[in-house]
Amino acid sequence: MSSLGRRGFLKGGAAALGGGLLASTSTGSVASAAGSSEIKVEDWNQSLGDPVVYNAYGVPSEFEAHVQRRNVEWLTVTQESSVSFTPLHELDGFTTPNGLCFERHHGGVAQIDPGAHRLMINGLVEKPLIFTMEDLMRFPRTNRFAFLECAANSGMEWRGAQLNGCQFTHGMIHCVQYTGVSLRTLLNEAGLKTNAKWLMPEGADSAGMNRSIPMEKALDDCIVAFKMNGEALRPEQGYPLRLVVPGWEGNMWVKWLRRIEVGDQPWHTREESSKYTDLMEDGSARRFTWIMDAKSVITNPSPQAPLKTKGHNILSGLAWSGRGKVKRVDVTLDGGKNWQQAELAGPVLDKCLTRFYLPFNWNGNPMLVQSRCIDETGYVQPTKDELRKVRGLNSIYHNNGIQTWHVRENGEAENVEIS
Amino acid sequence: MLKFLKLTGLCLSVLMMSSAVSAAELGIGRTATPAEIKIWDIDVRPDGQGLPEGRGTVEEGEEIFSEKCASCHGEFGEGNGRWPVLAGGSDTLTSEDPVKTIGSYWPYLSTAFDYIKRAMPFGEAQTLTSNETYAILAYLLYLNDLMEDDGELTRENFTSFKLPNEGSFVEDQRPDAQPSNLNDLCMSDCKTEVKITKRARALDVTPDKSD
Repeated sequence: MSSLGRRGFLKGGAAALGGGLLASTSTGSVASAAGSSEIKVEDWNQSLGDPVVYNAYGVPSEFEAHVQRRNVEWLTVTQESSVSFTPLHELDGFTTPNGLCFERHHGGVAQIDPGAHRLMINGLVEKPLIFTMEDLMRFPRTNRFAFLECAANSGMEWRGAQLNGCQFTHGMIHCVQYTGVSLRTLLNEAGLKTNAKWLMPEGADSAGMNRSIPMEKALDDCIVAFKMNGEALRPEQGYPLRLVVPGWEGNMWVKWLRRIEVGDQPWHTREESSKYTDLMEDGSARRFTWIMDAKSVITNPSPQAPLKTKGHNILSGLAWSGRGKVKRVDVTLDGGKNWQQAELAGPVLDKCLTRFYLPFNWNGNPMLVQSRCIDETGYVQPTKDELRKVRGLNSIYHNNGIQTWHVRENGEAENVEIS
Repeated sequence: MLKFLKLTGLCLSVLMMSSAVSAAELGIGRTATPAEIKIWDIDVRPDGQGLPEGRGTVEEGEEIFSEKCASCHGEFGEGNGRWPVLAGGSDTLTSEDPVKTIGSYWPYLSTAFDYIKRAMPFGEAQTLTSNETYAILAYLLYLNDLMEDDGELTRENFTSFKLPNEGSFVEDQRPDAQPSNLNDLCMSDCKTEVKITKRARALDVTPDKSD
């Protein structure tokens, strides 16, 4: 872990251009006499760069090659039914680039020809229908941003601090803009029968993912989406079609969506009974735990993003709530002795990631940093111990407890828990 | 005055027409035929809706399981390596290591039929016949002491099998772990002492960058 931190430090320093130098100089630490070697006429200042369409589909700078989704191999027995994590510590703002959105597949990534793809609506409808992708694009269209969080995000932390990095502890989340057709519009086209109470979306992948969704939610704000951040869904996000279920656990956002069956009762599928149910200490299990409660995490500083320089710094993080908008984020630098409100920076949207900042002065002393999210319904992000007190240690899912990073004198941070 | 009323009436009718457009069918898509629906509609519910014709015995199931399932799940559903355990686990739900099988955790037998038929064997989804699925499930019931070794599972007797843990499921209890009053949230001088109680470094399971 210290080697990771060290490498991150070196790379970050090289990429920081003038800003890092100025900051170091102002604290009088290093490089005050080395200015001449850093200020010079570079090659790229004199020779021509690449022509247009050198990359017909643009890619990040080669100096950003370390910004990658990562997996934790020991977590799952296969890599087709597995998960990769969003590098939250490398991102800013509230949206996630498509290629960095975390993945969770249950039977690998289906590669689907959109010309052959069909969406069927059947069951308790007046008229069972089949749509082509071209059909779907003729419907009135809707756009919205939404976060998608796996119910098992932070699930490895139920028993205690385990993984060093917000990418691993909180990286099963992303936030993009979706374009598609309101599910209400499609159901209206088929005509719901009066006893239609539940839906079962189903994927076209080799897991045939299926979940039950109550009609109230389906008619409220669900979208059948074909675009993310303006471009076609990525294959790993369900190309050519996925369900968007704002504020609810990611497993319900069925990818590679091929069918929606309408029924009068839930199906109790594998993913909503043997999985994605929350086992309590007394052996009972909560089911249909759909909403993702308010949560937040400090992305910088964090174990993968150590502090580099004393003096003025920006603490940065993300907050979100499946119940609506983020209202307030409190931050502590001293392990909860004192809290202050962070600035909510950028748009604060319904059921979306929200960026927060807190400028602070670091004198080189160790810090215990935490963030606490409060949403517009008044829900307060609890501590991990408060959650354990109610739910025990076997819940796996819906761990939205407050995260602590211990920032040491050298700027490196560790995932810890505190009294 | 008359003209005004006429215009208002016209506006109203235009408004009604446009709202009618958003509520009415747009005539997009085509009707799905019963034959087409049958190809994809393989889901099964706890009340038995969706169960196909068919039957299978424990004895038949053992043979099919050995051939198509045991390489991952073990001959007796004990799970090879870290692949899922399918049998046993009773009385483990309150322990440190809960084992969630159809015998110990799953609430409904239909869930297993639905899942096996649509997603198993892993990487060869939807290759099992209905009879094979009934037989595998009969064998799984046997491994979980929920069927005798000469038993048979059929479409007709399917819903008579209740799984032991069905009654342990409760609805969502959240929001929970909340302060009694939002105004009680302390902002300054909230603690006098803070100690580190747990450390990720102690476990050292984070993948290195080179992994």
